[in-house]
Amino acid sequence: MSVDLLNFIETVLNGLMSGVMYSLVALGFVLIFKASGVFNFAQGVFALFAALTLVGYQTGQVPFAHLINELFGTNYHHWYASMPNFLAIILTMITMIALAWVIERLVLKHLINQEPIILFMATIGLAFVLEGVGDLMWGSNVKVLDVGIPSGGSEWLEQATIGLAPEGSDYYGMYVDVLNVWASVIAVVLVVSLALFSQYTKTGRALRAVADDHQAALSVGISLRTIWVLVWAISGFIAMVAGIMWGTESGVQFSLSLIALKALPVLILGGFTSIPGAIIGGLMIGVGEKLAEIYIGGFFQIGALENWFAYVMALVFLLFRPQGLFGEKIIERV
Amino acid sequence: MSLQDLQNIPYGKKILELKNISLAFGGVKALTDVSFEVNKGEVFAIIGPNGAGKSSMLNVINGFYKPTSGLINFAGTDRKGMEPEFAAKSGIARTFQNIALFKGMSTLDNLMTGRLLKQKQNFLMQALYFGPAGKEEEIHREKVERVIDFLDLQSIRRTPVGSLPYGLQKRVELGRALAMEPEILLLDEPMAGMNVEEKQDMSRFVLTVNNEFKTTIVLIEHDMGVVMDISDRIVVLDYGKKIGSGFPQEIRNNKAVIDAYLGVSDD
Repeated sequence: MSVDLLNFIETVLNGLMSGVMYSLVALGFVLIFKASGVFNFAQGVFALFAALTLVGYQTGQVPFAHLINELFGTNYHHWYASMPNFLAIILTMITMIALAWVIERLVLKHLINQEPIILFMATIGLAFVLEGVGDLMWGSNVKVLDVGIPSGGSEWLEQATIGLAPEGSDYYGMYVDVLNVWASVIAVVLVVSLALFSQYTKTGRALRAVADDHQAALSVGISLRTIWVLVWAISGFIAMVAGIMWGTESGVQFSLSLIALKALPVLILGGFTSIPGAIIGGLMIGVGEKLAEIYIGGFFQIGALENWFAYVMALVFLLFRPQGLFGEKIIERV
Repeated sequence: MSLQDLQNIPYGKKILELKNISLAFGGVKALTDVSFEVNKGEVFAIIGPNGAGKSSMLNVINGFYKPTSGLINFAGTDRKGMEPEFAAKSGIARTFQNIALFKGMSTLDNLMTGRLLKQKQNFLMQALYFGPAGKEEEIHREKVERVIDFLDLQSIRRTPVGSLPYGLQKRVELGRALAMEPEILLLDEPMAGMNVEEKQDMSRFVLTVNNEFKTTIVLIEHDMGVVMDISDRIVVLDYGKKIGSGFPQEIRNNKAVIDAYLGVSDD
């Protein structure tokens, strides 16, 4: 194999891996959009909040410590030195479920049957509130998140591929981050279990029913509000997984909430209502931007193409296939 | 009040009574002071010209709309309004004028949603298909298969309902309501847009359900031939007001009803 071909394969592989990360974020959007018709602008902040909370539990931070110390002149910072990873993750999950319940109680319940744009605005508000609460609760410093997922280049792949290049060429083997491999495995497990859950359980059936038709779901006695809490909790869980992955990679910082912006082109490609769409859209964006960075960017000598190429792809899609690859076709009666 | 109480009401006795129901959306009056009662085990028809408030009435009965004033006496208890979830739990099932099916799901899955309220096992057990959960799924599946047989839906069991022709979708919707094993079945124009043959089939299904399962049926229908043939009693609405009620024979000769349908000249 020539070095060029090996480089190409490496680029595609890395693209697929980062694509999985995009898919994870997009998946949270799709679930909520399907079930409640809400475009949840706060999904990125969900991921941030989950990551912050996880680190907080792990390191035994006292929530609202700064506020409490300021108000009462105390000096609390940490409760305990550390907590086992799995316990912290479970506690974070419980927190995200509680958050979903609170959101249903305080926001969604009062906005039933409102225009989508009003619900959308409400989620923007939610994003700001949650970001503020996250700041107040856990502090705004950049935190290190380590739940024991290995990271760094894969030695094995490097050794395995170094021999594939022709004799005497200057090739050092492929670089793939192990963290990304783990992220892919976890994403696959997550998607498969979601699919099984929605296909084969009665709750899953109710969930699909609500996603399909609210009125009909009500008429067979499904409680919309229970389903909404459930869906928001699942989205919170997915956000947590995304938050763990992104947080492990680049630290838990407030810019983490911006990953939501990377999910937008994914949704436009895949369609807002399709779970396979979110996955394939994510992979396409991941591969597309890596290839563009190396080949288009390399050819024209432009850097940082990776940062905006996804949006160009989304624009092209909007021109030719506005409903996305798997979205429902937009048919309008005139 | 529970499903049990409903089942204990003797046939021919009042199961549902609407007392002076009014419903307004802002300034638009959909229903004004409408009262009637439905007896257990009968086929009760609500008729009237377009925009008479028939569908609104059905929506009041199953809780989609809360009446602005008036009471609903359901199985002996007065209520200010119903809740869709409560209505479903208490044995009221319905179909819709503009078919409301779960279009992405198969016929079988659509019918299975009708069993959701009766399924007790939680999803963790179900996820493992463990012990009682597996058995329960089978029991409900069996009930659904009976509905499939009854409505002749065998060949489209696995077809996503969105791709079915209109007449079959109507039938699947009826199937989903039947899968709930309701005490009261509300049908909103079950025969709209059907050809003669399909109408005959549908009438046969409705009458069989009424005869064999003793299900009380409240239906809205425009085809007067069908209405006069299958209903026991009729109420007529026009512009949100009740203009007549009684047995089919009485309705046929009611002056106000004829005027409402054919229009009346001023002189």
